[in-house]
Amino acid sequence: MQPLPPLAWSAPTTIDEVVAALAEGVPGEVRLHAGGTDLVPNLKRGVTSARRLIGLGRVAELQELVDGPADALGVGAAVTLDDLGRDPRVVARWPAVAEAARQVASPQLRRMATLGGNLCLDTRCRFYDQSAFWRGALGGCLKADGDACHVVPTGRKCVAACCADTPAPLIAAGAELELASVRGPRRVHVADFFAGDGARNHTLAPDELLVRVWLPAPAPGTRAGYQRLRRRGAIDFPLLTVAATVVVERDVVRAVTVVVGALGAVPRRLRGLDALAVGRPLDAAVRAAIAAAATRQCHPLDNLGDAAWRQAVVAPLVRRTLEALEPATAPDAASLR
Amino acid sequence: MTIGDRTPNPRAYDAVTGRTRFADDLTFPGMLHARLVRSPHAHARVVAIDAAAALALPGVHAVITAADLPTPFGVIPWTQDEHALAAKARFVGDPVACVAAVDEQTAIRAAALVDVTWEVLPHVLEPAAALAPEAPRVNELAKHGNVTKSVQLAFGDLDAALAGSDAVVAASYDFAGSTHAALEPHCAIGQWDPAGGLTVVSTTQVPHYLHRELARVLELAEDRVRVIQPPLGGGFGGKSEPFGHELCVGKLAMMTGRPVKLRLTREEVFYTHRGRHPMHLDVRLGATRDGRLTGCDLRVLIDGGAYASFGLVTTYYAGQLVTAPLRLSAFRLDTTRAYTNKPPCGPKRGHGSVQPRFAFEVTVDRLAEALDLDPIELRRRNCLEAGERTINEFLVRSTGFRDCLDRVERASDWKRKHRQLPFGRGVGVAGSFYISGTNYPIYPNEMPQSAVQLKVDRSGKVTVFSGACEMGQGVEAMLTAIVCEELGVAPGAVRVVTGDTDLTPVDLGGYSSRTTMMAGNACLRAARDLAARVAEVAGADWRTRPPVEAFRVAEARLGALGAVGSYDTPKDVHGAYRGGTIGASPAYSFTAHVAEVTVDVETGQVRVDRLWVAHDCGRALRPQIVEGQIEGSAYMGLGEALFEEQAFHPSGLHRGPSLLDYGLPTTLDTPDIVAMIVEGGDPEGPYGAKEAGEGPLHPSIPAIANAIHDAVGIRLDALPFSPARVLAALTPRPTGRS
Ligand SMILES: Cc1cc2nc3c(=O)[nH]c(=O)nc-3n(C[C@H](O)[C@H](O)[C@H](O)COP(=O)(O)OP(=O)(O)OC[C@H]3O[C@@H](n4cnc5c(N)ncnc54)[C@H](O)[C@@H]3O)c2cc1C
Ligand code: SF4
Repeated sequence: MQPLPPLAWSAPTTIDEVVAALAEGVPGEVRLHAGGTDLVPNLKRGVTSARRLIGLGRVAELQELVDGPADALGVGAAVTLDDLGRDPRVVARWPAVAEAARQVASPQLRRMATLGGNLCLDTRCRFYDQSAFWRGALGGCLKADGDACHVVPTGRKCVAACCADTPAPLIAAGAELELASVRGPRRVHVADFFAGDGARNHTLAPDELLVRVWLPAPAPGTRAGYQRLRRRGAIDFPLLTVAATVVVERDVVRAVTVVVGALGAVPRRLRGLDALAVGRPLDAAVRAAIAAAATRQCHPLDNLGDAAWRQAVVAPLVRRTLEALEPATAPDAASLR
Repeated sequence: MTIGDRTPNPRAYDAVTGRTRFADDLTFPGMLHARLVRSPHAHARVVAIDAAAALALPGVHAVITAADLPTPFGVIPWTQDEHALAAKARFVGDPVACVAAVDEQTAIRAAALVDVTWEVLPHVLEPAAALAPEAPRVNELAKHGNVTKSVQLAFGDLDAALAGSDAVVAASYDFAGSTHAALEPHCAIGQWDPAGGLTVVSTTQVPHYLHRELARVLELAEDRVRVIQPPLGGGFGGKSEPFGHELCVGKLAMMTGRPVKLRLTREEVFYTHRGRHPMHLDVRLGATRDGRLTGCDLRVLIDGGAYASFGLVTTYYAGQLVTAPLRLSAFRLDTTRAYTNKPPCGPKRGHGSVQPRFAFEVTVDRLAEALDLDPIELRRRNCLEAGERTINEFLVRSTGFRDCLDRVERASDWKRKHRQLPFGRGVGVAGSFYISGTNYPIYPNEMPQSAVQLKVDRSGKVTVFSGACEMGQGVEAMLTAIVCEELGVAPGAVRVVTGDTDLTPVDLGGYSSRTTMMAGNACLRAARDLAARVAEVAGADWRTRPPVEAFRVAEARLGALGAVGSYDTPKDVHGAYRGGTIGASPAYSFTAHVAEVTVDVETGQVRVDRLWVAHDCGRALRPQIVEGQIEGSAYMGLGEALFEEQAFHPSGLHRGPSLLDYGLPTTLDTPDIVAMIVEGGDPEGPYGAKEAGEGPLHPSIPAIANAIHDAVGIRLDALPFSPARVLAALTPRPTGRS
């Protein structure tokens, strides 16, 4: 096994201790370690300069799911994807989020991997997720130690992809993030958390901790779905992700959100869907129209390879997601029916 | 335990419960760790190496370069074109220096401090370009330009045979290279004892060949070198020749006086490679209207990478091994292996013949379509019979191929599925044969290919000393079964000592599916010799009593009890023409596959739903292990069919030297594999046994290709059958069944 570089390790037990330790550390040198399933490979590949790790495994508050106001559910950032994908509340009310959690990597990894780590996952690119020797042989790239991008040679900005499974369904569910630092707490919509730069695709400050993900109660009549494209049946990162939330009232669409991920640094929320779907039944024609809109708006890049093939699969994947939506049961759904 | 019973392999428990001690688990007092410095360029001369900064790092003991190991080496004596450390790097990852330090971290840091001045040279990645007159010369030790070997052979009158055919199919195929991806990366530990000499512990499939090369390159007498091979975490051919890193740990141990360990990282294993050669194949195959195959014309261009490895043999196998199980009346082959600036290719499970087998079996499928014949029926009409010689004169003493076809046809419900499943689903068939060991060793000599020593003592324990290579495939279990069968002892009373050149007689190694045939026969002879002597003094009915009683009588009357047995191949099983010995084997195994697939026509993704595999191994000495080999082979073929590829950037850089990027099939991608054993018995094999480790891989790939054609009407002539490739072939969608 490739050895890790020498590292200092601390394991605080409260959120206050974590943010204090973050504030004390030199940015870039200090790093949060949740499940470590992204961080450890990156340390071995030498793509992070972290030398002091703060483990989150002993902070009890981060491991909990808590009920919030207005039937919202707060998921601690260090809840594992395995627990998230099995939690009965999440499975019943945010089925697309649960499905995304169950699709990540493999069973072993899901038992280590956390939701917070998934949201903060480093972007991926096949010219970057390689060893120091390999990147050196290539001559580096914009994201680190180089001045060219091998995906968009004329580009000046890294277009590495957000390849996490959960962001798309969280955006489609309207989820919010609760962040903390010594400067105090703040909240941000998942959609606004991401930034369009593959070199650093989220807006978390170096001293900030992601504490909780807030899932708002689904509106009555909500149906949600998640599908993703992968080479193999397990382990592989997604090559495309599609999440959809559709609110149907008296057989017609009242609201629709479709988010496509694993394209570039930010999950893409499709535009102009209201005109195609709202006020109509979600029939084959509407699904096809949304799929066609997705094809027009989504342009997979060579960051993950096979761009032309992934482009061709956008439409069927969006259509299939819309065909396989599951009811997101509001807590009082039974009384509404 | 006796021959044919279903006792599981005891070593399998050790492996899955973490008890096995692999090479990298071993440490020795004062041991240093070594790390290789590798070329970031596909082709570059080393102008200078400045190791001062590395040597100045506390904890660094030595840095060696090409000058320290000047003798070229290579597994095949005629093509020794490699140095432990290159003075000119020939691929990205070619090692040029090696550092030894107190621990791995220090070695890694020191390796980064070794300052190499390069003169970058133009490189060539494609074999066709490498053969052009203006191509840069990849390997100066090659005898002819960028050619490792070129073979042209003809049998029968091909032109007449094709002219007289009612149908001739011509097609071209591109087989992508793939690598072994054994779970265990290579690891070697050198130890120097000024009195006793050099010991190298290594993850090798060929302790004997390593022994010879260590002595030659390090200039030691052969009797001063010992090679120990611990249990391997898989090999598949990726560990079946001497490697530079093994020579480096020997040299560094001699220089520093300390034990020195070098373990490759996963990435380095991809550069070390020696995996499946990419090949471009052009096939023409003819048949008469009634489904009799006529002539086959096969041209193959082989992408060798930077060094020869076993390439001389590969070049023969790529042509010679398509001439069974189906009879041909004429055959012409023209195969050439070119050097390119990529990691060297070599033997991977089914060495040299998996690629032409793919091309041949898909061509047979095309021919069946052209003749409107069922492809199983077409094959049945052309089966070679036992005792017949192939068109290239290999003697086939036993064949169960007809049974293999019957078994897969019945088990898969073929007749109700082929050309009848709904659009998107299909079945495909393919067949193959493979050698049970090469008839000749890689260096000419008249000594046996394998020898076994048995020691029996008054405790009733029987110890088997064999140079054969245990790598999880069950050598110990096979030898134990033979001893139990012949001497009537319980399995617990048998100890098997393998893989130590000081303790065991020579066996040439774990390659070419030779071990059951050769070490098995050697063991059988030793055991029978011993049993005969025991019978002489203890009475012909000695087996009716506990064996230890007879052993005591025998020891009292005869003195210390032991026996030796050895095996060498028959010399009358091949043609007398030049090259006729390569591809010849004492016995051949036969296999048939049926694959059933579902193709997602919108995404291009192919799911293999089921694989039925019938394999004629003559006699299954350990049926569970044979079934495991069938399943493992079919799995490996499936991976090559759908996912795997050693792919490179135009710069020569490997596209993804990691298991994540390379993409072996997961359990979810692996279908039910129905393994069926066919036992006809072979006159040469021990108890009739033939090989089972490599043959069952061959038909996997063409069976899947043929099933995809049955499902959606497209022919995929390039590997792997990735969804991108499938989708591209489906657009515009051909007119097929709907
Ligand atoms: C073989 C393999 C396959 C994989 N496949 C997939 C896949 O299919 N889909 C997928 O989405 N991912 C995949 N992953 C990536 C990874 O396993 C998951 O994304 C996982 O959810 C990351 O969580 P973690 O807890 O392990 O993160 P860590 O590795 O601990 O952290 C990742 C990053 O997030 C930061 N971080 C973690 N928690 C917080 C917090 N609370 N506040 C602020 N910052 C934080 C860390 O500092 C680090 O920068 C795969 C990984 C591997 C090794
Ligand atoms: S997208 Fe370009 S800059 Fe970003 S990691 Fe890939 S190659 Fe580097």
